[in-house]
Amino acid sequence: MHAHAAHHPALQHQFQTMSQQKESAVLGMWAFLLTEVLFFGGLFMAYMLYRTWYHDAFVLASTSITIFWGLLNTVVLIGSSLTMALAVRSAQINQRKATVMWLIATMVLGTVFLGVKVIEYADKFEHHHVPGPEYAFIEPGHEPIFELGPHGRELLERNSAESLNRTTQIFFSLYFTMTGLHALHMIIGIGLMCVITWMAWKGRFSSEYYTPVEMSGLYWHFVDIVWIFLFPLLYLIDRS
Amino acid sequence: MDAIRTIPATHYLNNGHGLASWLLTKDHKRIAIMYLVTISFFFFLGGLMAAGIRLELATPQGDFVAADTYNKMFTLHGVIMVFFFLIPSIPAVLGNFLIPPMIGARDLAFPRINLLSYYLYLVGGMFTLGAMLSGGVDTGWTFYTPYSAAASNTSVIPTALGVFIAGFSSILTGLNFIVTIHRMRAPGMTWFRLPLFVWAHYATSLIQVLGTPVIAITIVMLGVERAFGFGIFDPARGGDPVLFQHLFWFYSHPAVYIMILPALGVMSELIANFSKKKIFGYSFVAFSSLAIAVFGFIVWAHHMFVSGISVYAAMVFSFLSFSVAIPSAVKVFNWTATLYKGAISFETPMLYAYGFMGLFAIGGLTGLFLATLGTDIHMHDTYFVVAHFHYIMVGGAIMGYLGGLHFWWPKMTGRMYSEFLSRISAILVFVGFNLTFFPQFIVGYLGMPRRYHAYPDEFQVLNVLSSAGASVLGLGYLLPVIYFVYSLKRGEVAGPNPWGASGLEWEIPSPPPTENFAVIPRVTTEPYEFTPHVARERELV
Repeated sequence: MHAHAAHHPALQHQFQTMSQQKESAVLGMWAFLLTEVLFFGGLFMAYMLYRTWYHDAFVLASTSITIFWGLLNTVVLIGSSLTMALAVRSAQINQRKATVMWLIATMVLGTVFLGVKVIEYADKFEHHHVPGPEYAFIEPGHEPIFELGPHGRELLERNSAESLNRTTQIFFSLYFTMTGLHALHMIIGIGLMCVITWMAWKGRFSSEYYTPVEMSGLYWHFVDIVWIFLFPLLYLIDRS
Repeated sequence: MDAIRTIPATHYLNNGHGLASWLLTKDHKRIAIMYLVTISFFFFLGGLMAAGIRLELATPQGDFVAADTYNKMFTLHGVIMVFFFLIPSIPAVLGNFLIPPMIGARDLAFPRINLLSYYLYLVGGMFTLGAMLSGGVDTGWTFYTPYSAAASNTSVIPTALGVFIAGFSSILTGLNFIVTIHRMRAPGMTWFRLPLFVWAHYATSLIQVLGTPVIAITIVMLGVERAFGFGIFDPARGGDPVLFQHLFWFYSHPAVYIMILPALGVMSELIANFSKKKIFGYSFVAFSSLAIAVFGFIVWAHHMFVSGISVYAAMVFSFLSFSVAIPSAVKVFNWTATLYKGAISFETPMLYAYGFMGLFAIGGLTGLFLATLGTDIHMHDTYFVVAHFHYIMVGGAIMGYLGGLHFWWPKMTGRMYSEFLSRISAILVFVGFNLTFFPQFIVGYLGMPRRYHAYPDEFQVLNVLSSAGASVLGLGYLLPVIYFVYSLKRGEVAGPNPWGASGLEWEIPSPPPTENFAVIPRVTTEPYEFTPHVARERELV
């Protein structure tokens, strides 16, 4: 009955048909992404709690982050989701070279994102905005090192420098943990894509079997969506 | 009938020789055996720590070990038993071995991920062992901040990292089971023809996939705080240690159900098969597993009634905690109804099942005392709590694990063990267990706090009873090692179905061939169909 499918070299022994194998992979990947949602969920929970408790500190700390880099990275990452989708599409319609090209484009965009992240982190280190003993957000009697609007100035005046230097550390602890884990996911994604690109180059994929490309795509889009939540939470809300 | 009782010429155990054929295997049955060996090692290690604890508590003075050493002993006992024995025990050994044959599949959906999952578990275990050898850790298995983040000068990070890595093993096992149960069922094996063991593992897997990532991220937050001086839970910078407790218990309470649900699944199999009767209320038993998994996620704060959460939150969580009793009781009542007018017998697996029912009932009912706000304030952090959760974890989960191991041992090895010795060991475990933990209810109610290496003189009698019980229990656990190992070479040949049990796994040879089924079966009958013929034959024997 499945004579044709059973001969496909990619069919593993525990499966009866290629479609059973593919459906299993898809379900498995979605279950894994569900795990990832809960993984990041713990951080979002902590963010929500502390943002409610330390509203002023979070607004001021958020304002100290350069919006340009975040915006640029958002565009880069959405672009990489597009190239990833095109890679999956190319694999599906048997276009080997296009698959490889779009995968490489995705990896390049991912690397650009990480490069921008390095610039941002370096900036934070330079200004002692990394939590720990060296941390200094506001020096009493000095102007803050970042631009503030009238509302931001009001927030700055109604909180003591001492209390801001304590509670903004929670913001930056979350900032580094969240963006750090997100970046780690991107590095894993790029590593995964190196293997997939090599497999695509070797001609392993066809319209009958391109599951690994599609699964990497699902993963990459998920990582993208995490950033779509991180960007407004860390950079945008209530900047003043 | 004797003609059938032979060991097949090739089976999964002799299909491939040498160390590499085991260490690189993708066969779910071999991976299950590797888990069996490894978790037995961790069980032994956790048991040694328990022995040290009971030895110290035999006298009121802290005379056997120093207070610091005692702290490290109970921490490692907890960490090893929870994360490296109980959580993987039934799913990784019995679930791994049995789910594919039970649903008529050749393997799990992802055999390579299954092997990866074993190695993640092993690496996680090695980290924790490393932490143990490099001086141990003294935070308790709960890793509460701020002590764990800022004060403790023991190996917190390696231990937590070990738990983190083992967590991914647990997630991948659960994920593999979910996909396998959805996509790999043989033709005719509908959801409501699945053995209840499989339903229980499905519910367990949901918790593993949804709960474990939360403890993973909690460990990450603790790790960055301890390693880099970040301040997420640090009260000095406005952080909230209670948030750590919320996140920790959001996983660690459902984790209790990761331990007990598979045991409940084993119980349903044992009770139906040893009363030779269709299980009473199949769909209720199946859905009660899912209900336990769902309720398990909304009761976590009952661990924190005295941690400073709001009274209203505590009231809601108290009420919700009671609700877990409903599906749990559904199971016990349905098992009892199954036994009623069944052809009941008293083989070793069934002795464990009887023991389980009693101990699980006591463990569950004392849970209600602790879910009640007023009584919990009296009993919180006393030995009453220790006794309660050991009735569930040891009296429940381990009894279920041992019962299942005795039931499916002939399937896994093709040989029977000594019926006489195994009954003795089942009785020793039951008696030893009660002697160890029942006195702890009393001593806890009287006010003895947990986690101290010394106590007032008036508690000595009960503690000596408990220590004496622990030695009986230890003997009950060692005995199976002897007769199981002996049975491997000398045991009577079991044949495909020594118990006259129902289920697809009993229709294939013992030990099964690597591919389980030469031809994928077509299922046409309901679960737990016992023909009068089979039942009568057992009576005659």
